[in-house]
Amino acid sequence: MPTLLNQDLQNQIREFLAPMKEKVTLVLFTQESPCETCTETRQLLSEVSALNDKITFIEKDLIEDIKDADLYGINLTPSFVMLDSEGNYRGVKFNGIPAGHEINSFLTAIIDMSGVDFGFDQEIIDRIKKIDKPVNIKVFVTLSCPHCPGAVTTAQRLAMLNKNIEGEMIEAQTFYHLSEQYNVSGVPKIVINEKHELLGNQPIEAFLSQLEKL
Amino acid sequence: MFSFNVEKTSEKSIFEHLSFWDLIVVGGGPAGLNAGLYAKRKGLKVGIISYEIGGQLHNTSTVDNYLGIEYIEGKDLSDKFLNHINSLEIPILKQIKITSLKRIKQDFEITLSDGKILNSKTVLIATGGAPRKLEIPGEMTFANKGVSYCTTCDAPFFKDKHVIVAGGGNSAAEAVIDLVPWARKITVVHRSKWRADQILLDKHKSIDGLTVHLNTQILNVYGHGNMQGVEVLDKTTGKTFKIDADGLFIEIGTVPNSTLVKDLVETNGQGEILVDQNQMTSVPGLYAAGDVTSQPYKQIIISAAEGAKAALAVTQYLNQTYKGE
Repeated sequence: MPTLLNQDLQNQIREFLAPMKEKVTLVLFTQESPCETCTETRQLLSEVSALNDKITFIEKDLIEDIKDADLYGINLTPSFVMLDSEGNYRGVKFNGIPAGHEINSFLTAIIDMSGVDFGFDQEIIDRIKKIDKPVNIKVFVTLSCPHCPGAVTTAQRLAMLNKNIEGEMIEAQTFYHLSEQYNVSGVPKIVINEKHELLGNQPIEAFLSQLEKL
Repeated sequence: MFSFNVEKTSEKSIFEHLSFWDLIVVGGGPAGLNAGLYAKRKGLKVGIISYEIGGQLHNTSTVDNYLGIEYIEGKDLSDKFLNHINSLEIPILKQIKITSLKRIKQDFEITLSDGKILNSKTVLIATGGAPRKLEIPGEMTFANKGVSYCTTCDAPFFKDKHVIVAGGGNSAAEAVIDLVPWARKITVVHRSKWRADQILLDKHKSIDGLTVHLNTQILNVYGHGNMQGVEVLDKTTGKTFKIDADGLFIEIGTVPNSTLVKDLVETNGQGEILVDQNQMTSVPGLYAAGDVTSQPYKQIIISAAEGAKAALAVTQYLNQTYKGE
């Protein structure tokens, strides 16, 4: 099978991942059929993990490994979570292949999860840590959307800084039924706790204002 | 087959260590990136601050009017620009906005959204434009519920649906072409005549079921939950009528992102920054280039050229006029 990432891309990604500090584990859930883009997502995660020895890639089956899937709240394929160096789930989840522009949110999440500082102001970090209610943030994206990775990264950084928060990317075309269910016709569409919506790539302050009102 | 558009990470460390810059460029579109290129080659201490590298290039599916490049996707041209910048190791701070810009004596103090402060002898505003809104009833109600300002982002949601494109310039004409693989039917509504390049309009001739209403104004967007159509006024006959549709792609140009400096520099009635022949604003040492200026032709090659002009003018200003330090 030809590689998804050509030599040029491999070099760019290797350079991107160079600042990684600690180990990161990717746990991908797939199933035999029907699964649109399972094969390609497996291949992408495998190829990216080969570019830095701090990344471990594990594949699980949604049916056979149902206990693990339940642990991370996964019921779609392909979906993957990112674990920190101690194997903790920190609320970072991707549903669908992070290709196109979304490769940037994927790579950024790896760097962030490895312990590289986000550069957030202390005041912002303090506000994030004060969120004491369970929060699920869904960010619907298309792979051709340049504004989407920023929104995914913001949601996932919130998740990494507070165990009450989960930030998940949903690739809108792969999971068309979810796009219809959540009435998505423009991206990025951000859905907080199933009912509150934000439009477009909002700064972290806009996310926080919404979370503080929950 | 999937494609991948990797962007290089920010060079935060350089911004933390260097406290006084020759030129800070605000904006990472064609004007800002080209200014960075020219300034670096002149030996200036230059840094670029950009919320989104590539700017409006990312809202453009294809570019076929940049001299020397017959056809390229917008994001690929952006990558080419960025690779060129990276080859000269010009520091870029990404995903950061500027909260204030102040002039202190001859210099400038720039406060970033993460609280950090930069000081620079000169500043170039190359913040481009944001999609212009129709400002009609229903537009915001149905934003992301049928109404869209990004064809490349949202076209996949309109498979086998009827969509309207508002506008008559090149962006609107290209949006029509971008929607062909998805939409069942496309209708263009524009308040006056086509302004788009003939070469694009010629491509429209082969599109089945394309309907065009010129000299027609959109009055409101209606729907229930989602958008269901628009009401329009045919300005030739004076009659109003409804067009039922699932989507409305608004491609009517841009509004300048000039809020940061609107109280500092002279602007025109549209908020576009006024500059002299060297791209300098009404404030010495503060420059502007690209779509944020009053220059009427919003084109990639023109923005890039203005960025180059600004960087060369900054070099001359620092050598001959600047009296700080």
